Amino acid sequence: MNSSLSKEKIMLLKEKASEARKLIIETVHHAEAGHIGGPMSATDIITNLYFHEMNIDPNDPRNEERDRFVLSKGHSAIGLYAVLALRGYMPVEELQTFDSLNSRLQAHPDMNTLPGLDMSTGSLGQGISAAVGIALGAKLQGKRYRTYCMIGDGESQEGQVWEAADIASKYELDNLVGILDYNKLQQFGWSDDEKSRKSPIHDPKERWESFGWHVIEIDGHNQEEIEKAFNEAREVKSKPVMIIANTVKGKGVSFMENQFLWHSRIPTDSELNQAKKELEMGAL
Amino acid sequence: MKSVVPQKNVSMRDVFGDTLLKFSLESSRVYAIDGDLANSTKLDTVANGNPKKFLQMGIAEQNMMSVAAGLATTGLQPWACTFAAFLSKRAIDQIQVQIAQPKLDVKMIGAYSGLLTGVTGKTHQALEDIAIFRSLANMVVLAPADAIEMKQMMEFAHKYEGPVYMRIARDPYPVIVDGKYQFEFGKATTLKDGKDITIISTGTQTSRSLAAAEQLEAEGISVAVVHMPTIKPLDTDAIINAAKSTGVIVTAEEHSIYGGLGSAVAEVLVEECPAPMLRVGVKDVNAESAKNDDLLEKYGLSEGHIVKTVKEALKKKRN
Repeated sequence: MNSSLSKEKIMLLKEKASEARKLIIETVHHAEAGHIGGPMSATDIITNLYFHEMNIDPNDPRNEERDRFVLSKGHSAIGLYAVLALRGYMPVEELQTFDSLNSRLQAHPDMNTLPGLDMSTGSLGQGISAAVGIALGAKLQGKRYRTYCMIGDGESQEGQVWEAADIASKYELDNLVGILDYNKLQQFGWSDDEKSRKSPIHDPKERWESFGWHVIEIDGHNQEEIEKAFNEAREVKSKPVMIIANTVKGKGVSFMENQFLWHSRIPTDSELNQAKKELEMGAL
Repeated sequence: MKSVVPQKNVSMRDVFGDTLLKFSLESSRVYAIDGDLANSTKLDTVANGNPKKFLQMGIAEQNMMSVAAGLATTGLQPWACTFAAFLSKRAIDQIQVQIAQPKLDVKMIGAYSGLLTGVTGKTHQALEDIAIFRSLANMVVLAPADAIEMKQMMEFAHKYEGPVYMRIARDPYPVIVDGKYQFEFGKATTLKDGKDITIISTGTQTSRSLAAAEQLEAEGISVAVVHMPTIKPLDTDAIINAAKSTGVIVTAEEHSIYGGLGSAVAEVLVEECPAPMLRVGVKDVNAESAKNDDLLEKYGLSEGHIVKTVKEALKKKRN
């Protein structure tokens, strides 16, 4: 499967992803709360979904025919909010309300507060099941929209993920695309290897295939590979698709990359400035 | 409604299956969601009568409830049914985060609720479900006394847009509402008038409460029976009126004494109209597998226990 992305489109996606990463760090710095590592490993994929892959309209966020996205790893909400703001679902300034009283931007996505959020998540393992329900709902009603769902590798320790995997396969949900944000770190993890703190998820490809899913493995920061994977997914029949996106937690900022402590650390003023500088340089 | 003599026994689960089949044939939105218990819960009536509207989720209650939530976001009305023990405990986080908080239109049917679960014992008895569901914001909690009332509740739930939990019984119960009865959401109903004391009961304990009241009447004690089919939102006026008119209350439910109807009534009394009361319910113990009558007797839910509790409560009545 080839990528049909033009050079201009690739440039646009890279720029938007870089802007989103800056917004993530600025927002967490401003709110003095939130997550950084996970949202930044997910940014390129979420940017592709909202700026290229999905059939959506920020001016009609509840259109019944729209494609759906469920952020099952709900603690990466700020990553989704940053992309939604850049895409026009809300003013970018609204990100400053994140995590504060009466804000539409809750710590974990709340579908009742912000149009554009297709499911409430936050308790891990649940979003993928809801995405199965949404995709099944499309099949039952003869709707053509597609459902995308991002899960985490830490999240995959929840047994419910595999309950969902079973049922998606049983109902042959080829309108469902899962994306594993495989950044290989979680909040604290296992201390037997102090540096990597690796989770016990080994070979997710084998696991998802054994549950009857079509698996595509990519570099989750490469827009052409992301696009090719979504194109391939559209051709798969009678099976749900899992895209295993190899990613880097904290991607884009040297001192945040692959550091489990940046799961939810608040940057200092100088860390914020340094991060923004690096992101601006990296985007060129 | 005045005093009603219990009539023939009718199975709630049979009527549940028939009614849901009817809904599924009439409404494109209605789907039955099973957790591999359809031939126990009678959800198989839909599987057999309208197989396209029956979705099997297997033995995985957490996924089952989250899938139901996802289906509801697409405009469907899923009716998820499994044993109340599993629904209320195994999948409660999914229900809270993905159904109750987003106010999604999912109907949750707790089959085999209470103590009498067909000789399956403490792992399958649901004596905490009212307490658990009552504590969730946005949740409606219903407990029908008989199959006729249950059918009317289902008609209400079908029209109501939002999460509803309904606990139903495994075994047949006497029909105690008469032909004119109409379930009213959020309203209690007086099944028997009386002036000395009021029994406020819910679900399957209402028929036992009525039988106890008849027995007490023969002994010269005038007992009112107020049936509380909606546990949330609670009919607080009915509770206050009962406290004012008879001055003492006994609650009766096939549930733990903690957190259920008894607790809900006590909360209202203490805040609005303090009056002595006693609770009939399972008293902080795990039960066991045994025959129904033996369980009711040992765990304090029989007619005899209600009679005894009423007499004790009367001693607390202020003159």
